[in-house]
Amino acid sequence: MSSVHVSPLSTYLTIFTALMVLSAITVGAAFVDLGSLNPVVALAIAGLKATLVILYFMHVKYSSRLTKLTVVLSMFFVAILFAETLMDYATRGWLNYVPMGQ
Amino acid sequence: METPVYPAHNYLSNGHGLKSWLLTKDHKRIAILYLISISAFFFLGGLFAVGIRLELTTPQGDLFQPDTYNKFFTLHGVIMVFFFLIPSVPAVLGNFLIPPMIGAKDLAFPRINLLSWYIYVIGGIFTLFAIVAGGVDTGWTFYTPYSSASSSTNVAATALGVFIAGFSSILTGLNFIVTIHRMRAPGLHWFKLPLFVWAHYATSLIQVLGTPVVAITIVMVFAERAFGFGIFDPQRGGDPVLFQHLFWFYSHPAVYIMILPALGVISEIVSTFSRKRIFGYSFVAFSSLAIAVFGFIVWAHHMFVAGITVYAAMVFSFLSFSVAIPSAVKVFNWSATLHRGSLSFEAPMLYVYGFFGLFLIGGLTGLFLATLGTDIHLHDTYFVVAHFHYIMVGGAIMGYLGGIHFWWPKMIGRMYSEFWSRISAILVFVGFNLTFFPQFVLGYMGMPRRYHMYPDEFQVLNVLSSGGAAVLGLGYLLPVIYLVYSIKYGEVAGNNPWGASGLEWRTQSPPLTENFLEVPTDIPEAYEYTPKVIREAKLV
Repeated sequence: MSSVHVSPLSTYLTIFTALMVLSAITVGAAFVDLGSLNPVVALAIAGLKATLVILYFMHVKYSSRLTKLTVVLSMFFVAILFAETLMDYATRGWLNYVPMGQ
Repeated sequence: METPVYPAHNYLSNGHGLKSWLLTKDHKRIAILYLISISAFFFLGGLFAVGIRLELTTPQGDLFQPDTYNKFFTLHGVIMVFFFLIPSVPAVLGNFLIPPMIGAKDLAFPRINLLSWYIYVIGGIFTLFAIVAGGVDTGWTFYTPYSSASSSTNVAATALGVFIAGFSSILTGLNFIVTIHRMRAPGLHWFKLPLFVWAHYATSLIQVLGTPVVAITIVMVFAERAFGFGIFDPQRGGDPVLFQHLFWFYSHPAVYIMILPALGVISEIVSTFSRKRIFGYSFVAFSSLAIAVFGFIVWAHHMFVAGITVYAAMVFSFLSFSVAIPSAVKVFNWSATLHRGSLSFEAPMLYVYGFFGLFLIGGLTGLFLATLGTDIHLHDTYFVVAHFHYIMVGGAIMGYLGGIHFWWPKMIGRMYSEFWSRISAILVFVGFNLTFFPQFVLGYMGMPRRYHMYPDEFQVLNVLSSGGAAVLGLGYLLPVIYLVYSIKYGEVAGNNPWGASGLEWRTQSPPLTENFLEVPTDIPEAYEYTPKVIREAKLV
């Protein structure tokens, strides 16, 4: 528990390169019209980058199970924020309001 | 029985002068710093309430201009929520008591603990600056687009103050979580912990998980005002309702930051003054965690009339009822603890008896507001104002005052006047009901909140409410007098004046800076009030 994991420099450089490549892909994807999939692709790449940062730069990959559990539970609360907010936005087109007088 | 002697060496006598307080790393001294600061903010927030109630004694808006009235209720809310209620029980009682309750010498991060107080003070200074500079009129909720696009008052300074104070709350929560995980005395496993500690653990989770969301939301409002980002502006693809989603994602659980620690206080006092172990200990413990989790999934019941879809509203309405279950578990279990207990009526317990009635009414009227149909009628009326004051004042402040009276002998080492403390508890209960019960009726009859004028037929109930506020104010002023008086002239309390179980009562009163001379090893069961233990430990 008290041992500190020291990652080799090559790991950090590899992850840094991966993050740069993913950033370039994000920029590239912005020039391609994927319709409603545009934000999905952008968020998927951002999610992947965040995962790499959390696992390697924040050392969660080498941390105790309690730390891993804490990270997963935090993500669960972020998921609640997104899912329940989207519950409102995703259903906004479901009702067809008829303006008064028509 | 021997006459107790005031200990010469204790945390209060360990260092003199302002510097010894401002640079202290002792959790108990930091708790006292918080006690002084939040009390100052409480009475400042109370002054704004006095202004509101004075204005509402007559139907005409004859005391303040409408804009001034808007600033009064905004500042009352901002100060009471962010600078009194949120830090109240955790930063004062939690700070003071969690280490001795778990057999530790201090919190895990003493310097971060002191830092949290400084951050709180800096946040407070920003808000005070906003007051002096002319106030703010958005309501404590900072709703967009008014706050982001229209209000010409000091929104930025106030929002920055709240943003900064949020970090104080996060640091306190972080400190408690690490302390409770890592610093318990040997043999003190989770199910021997006092329920006060469980409640603070659940509260800390909310503080750490929720506060960053409101902080970022406030930064968005700030950015919107300063740079015109358009996040909440429909003309540029933004959405003002998004602000409400993000704001209430924190601010509904924030209600549980205010009330959960008070529920922990109630468990300790009920058990002590019933001379019984809490009925269904593990249910009460897990109900704190359940309230913390459920609190995060119900926020949009604040938004039923804000334009969210009826489908989302139905789900949020259904989910909102779920919070009633763990809350009811607590109330039923406390009642079962009282049943056939050896009850007594000292001041801390009087606050608890008052709490039961007020929390029950506050909780049950919450169900009215969770119900879609009735909420459409009651939303933004005085019914809502009455409901949340029954929870936050009737619940949280009654718990806080009960806790202050219960642990004051431990904190200061001296007793206060039992007579005056009972009078104060009764005044608070009577004054509170007289203030806020008429507001349920006013709201049901259709009086909207946040207006400084009203139709003539509402005057009698409003005058009752203002009269009640005067009684309530007296009830809050009295403890300041007799508690301060007791610091010098009170009778010496002794280590355990209530005959309570729990590790904190094994220390001297006031405790040593290190709390214990040796780490306690013979850890009792929580709330062990068996006849044998009472006899042997002389818990009489």
